[in-house]
Amino acid sequence: MDVLWLSRLQFAAAAIFHFLFVPLTLGLSFLTAIYQTLWLKTGDEDFKRAARFWGKIFLINFGLGVVTGITLEFQFGTNWRYYSEYVGDVFGPLLAIEATLAFFLESTFIAVWWFGWDRLSPKVTTTAIWLTAIASTISALWILLANGWMQNPVGFEIRNGRAELTDFWALLTNPFGWSQFFHVVPASFTLGGFFVLGVCGYHLLKKREVTFFKKSFRIAAIWTLVWAIIVVVLGHHHGAIVAKTQPTKLAAMEALWETKKGADFALLLIPDEKNERNVVETFKIPGMVSLLAYHNFNAEVKGLKEWPKEERPPVALNFWSFRLMVGLGFLFLFLGLWACIRRNSPENCPLLLRLLIVNIPLPYIACQLGWIVAEVGRQPWIVYGLMKTKDAVSPLSVSQVAISFPAFIIVYGILGFVCFWLIIKTAIKGPEKEAVKTLGY
Amino acid sequence: MEGNIYQIIWFVLWAVLWTGYFVLDGFDLGAGSAFYLLGKKEEEKKAIYQALGPFWDGNEVWLITAGGATFAAFPKTYAVMFSSLYSALLLLLFSLILRGVSIEYRNKYDKPLWKTLWDLGFFLGSILPPFLLGVAFANIFQGIPIDEKGIYHGSLFTLLNPFGILGGILFVFCFAAHGCNWIAFKTNGELSERAATLSKKFTAITLVLAGLFFFGAYLSTNLWENYFKCPLLLIIPLISVIGFLMVFPFLIRKNFLGAFLASAVGILGFSAWGFVGLFPNMLPSSLNPAWNLTIYNSSSSLLTLQIMTAVALIFVPIVLAYTFWAYKTFSFKVTSKEN
Repeated sequence: MDVLWLSRLQFAAAAIFHFLFVPLTLGLSFLTAIYQTLWLKTGDEDFKRAARFWGKIFLINFGLGVVTGITLEFQFGTNWRYYSEYVGDVFGPLLAIEATLAFFLESTFIAVWWFGWDRLSPKVTTTAIWLTAIASTISALWILLANGWMQNPVGFEIRNGRAELTDFWALLTNPFGWSQFFHVVPASFTLGGFFVLGVCGYHLLKKREVTFFKKSFRIAAIWTLVWAIIVVVLGHHHGAIVAKTQPTKLAAMEALWETKKGADFALLLIPDEKNERNVVETFKIPGMVSLLAYHNFNAEVKGLKEWPKEERPPVALNFWSFRLMVGLGFLFLFLGLWACIRRNSPENCPLLLRLLIVNIPLPYIACQLGWIVAEVGRQPWIVYGLMKTKDAVSPLSVSQVAISFPAFIIVYGILGFVCFWLIIKTAIKGPEKEAVKTLGY
Repeated sequence: MEGNIYQIIWFVLWAVLWTGYFVLDGFDLGAGSAFYLLGKKEEEKKAIYQALGPFWDGNEVWLITAGGATFAAFPKTYAVMFSSLYSALLLLLFSLILRGVSIEYRNKYDKPLWKTLWDLGFFLGSILPPFLLGVAFANIFQGIPIDEKGIYHGSLFTLLNPFGILGGILFVFCFAAHGCNWIAFKTNGELSERAATLSKKFTAITLVLAGLFFFGAYLSTNLWENYFKCPLLLIIPLISVIGFLMVFPFLIRKNFLGAFLASAVGILGFSAWGFVGLFPNMLPSSLNPAWNLTIYNSSSSLLTLQIMTAVALIFVPIVLAYTFWAYKTFSFKVTSKEN
């Protein structure tokens, strides 16, 4: 293995690990804020306990999200030195703005919320949790604008041997970044919703704190269905943008080898990357790929063979990740709808409750698959069409990365295990009997 | 590339962000470094965590922002510095990860072994960062072996030269003193008194080490050149020394907030001394001064710097305002009694 491969694996591990915590942070922060607001409006003590209970899980999860985020930011410099040097003028500001606008807000007000519980008025702590939730979404916007620029570079010129910013507005309005934002955030909200539904399902099956969990369930069921619909609709929209800006990624997602007018969508398809063909391709819907990508049954879709091999992304990984993600998206629609229909009496439907428990890890998998399509599908480019990943890597020695990569795996492995163990433990233990009066720790 | 005023503005902001990080995260890292000397009983240990709980996360954001600002304003410095200091930097990140998790998880499960392990993580994760930062900055001050292409010709051990190690130990003691002042201020009873006693020792050691560092800088760096050119600037290291000296009278009068602010001034002055001495370099080369990375040859384009300046002008005051509000809100004393 060389420095390039080790660095890629290390970055992938760090990104995957970071994104185990991000979506729950995004989703659960808003749900916690909603529960707390309901308490403020109705005076129902169960909603106060709900805010504390879900908020505590949110907090356990949040800690690891923060510390793993620092590593990602610093890795651009440590492992991707020539990337940082070449595009820092355009890409760097987006990260710096994210920190200035979102991280300070998020970290300050999460502390105000948790530690201010018995010192500040409920109005102030409720404002604090809303600010935390909004800050986490602002953070998502800036980081996705940054990633969106790597996917669809805009607003720059090559000057002085590097990419220099010429149009900041183009950076801010990059359709790719926004469309990613409107796909990733609803996906994260869906994940947060299903997490709550799953935990409720567990307690309702055990008939513990039934009134409490029914109230949490009801809100989360509506929330989840809404976002599960939005994530599919806007996911489709995002696909259309990918088709326009990244034809190689689209071709890999659909395992389309030959350029075709009116490309069919095969329900059953198994790609054979080595021989540049598909082993199985059956149950075809005529023109469906063209329709989904370009809103026209007869539109021409470019096949992978249009590009030389070294300019194509890995096909099988992209294809399967994309298929599985889409499949899960529809499963979430169905489950979300079912939960929403039974939102007032979920305790009478043990099958639904069991499914919701089993379902908890699935949105996590769907999120990761989505990122695999986004990042692996962009290869061999680090900035699509502008810079290749292999030209971006730092001049490190193999031993440096050969030590750091396993270190990442070990440290992250242990901490990730502890974090999820603690989350599960806290979730199973259930809410505090009475609303707390003591300090946070 | 020609020089412009925005490069100077961003050098100043870069220095401010690092200084802000040293002053703010300095106290919670320092309290963690002195954890075993400070907290003897379980209630005291808990009180130390409580005294840092609402602040450490926000303080660490200064580091993220300093990193982000380096990336945005001086991408070449960011690229060369971070890849050259690869192992040291990853070690720093692992320490901070371990520490953050320790603080968050330690009191979320009630078993002695669980707590003992996270306490150890908290201590290691708190004492390693100041050491690594001290080593890194001492080496930045004296220059690292980078060639004209910015390729680093050294290893992690190149950094562990006598001046680098002195920098590391200095940072550990000065943060520890700062952290003890905070604990003295935020708690009461035995813990507060113990913190004050420790702070006196640490501050005295800091002063000796700082003296050695100033002298070492004369021998192995060019930091004093700017001061010889403009002797008025000598007021900066003087402020630093006065800051640390003032810790003693404040501690004797049991004005612990005063002592904390004094050590904050000490760190602020020390950090400012380093950055003023470094200017206009950002990462000197120990091989050839012509290969130094400076604010002029490593900065972003004018447009990027202007946009970043506008963002900073609007949002930094807002950030400072709510940070100050949060500190004020949580400035009450933490009781070290179990309640």
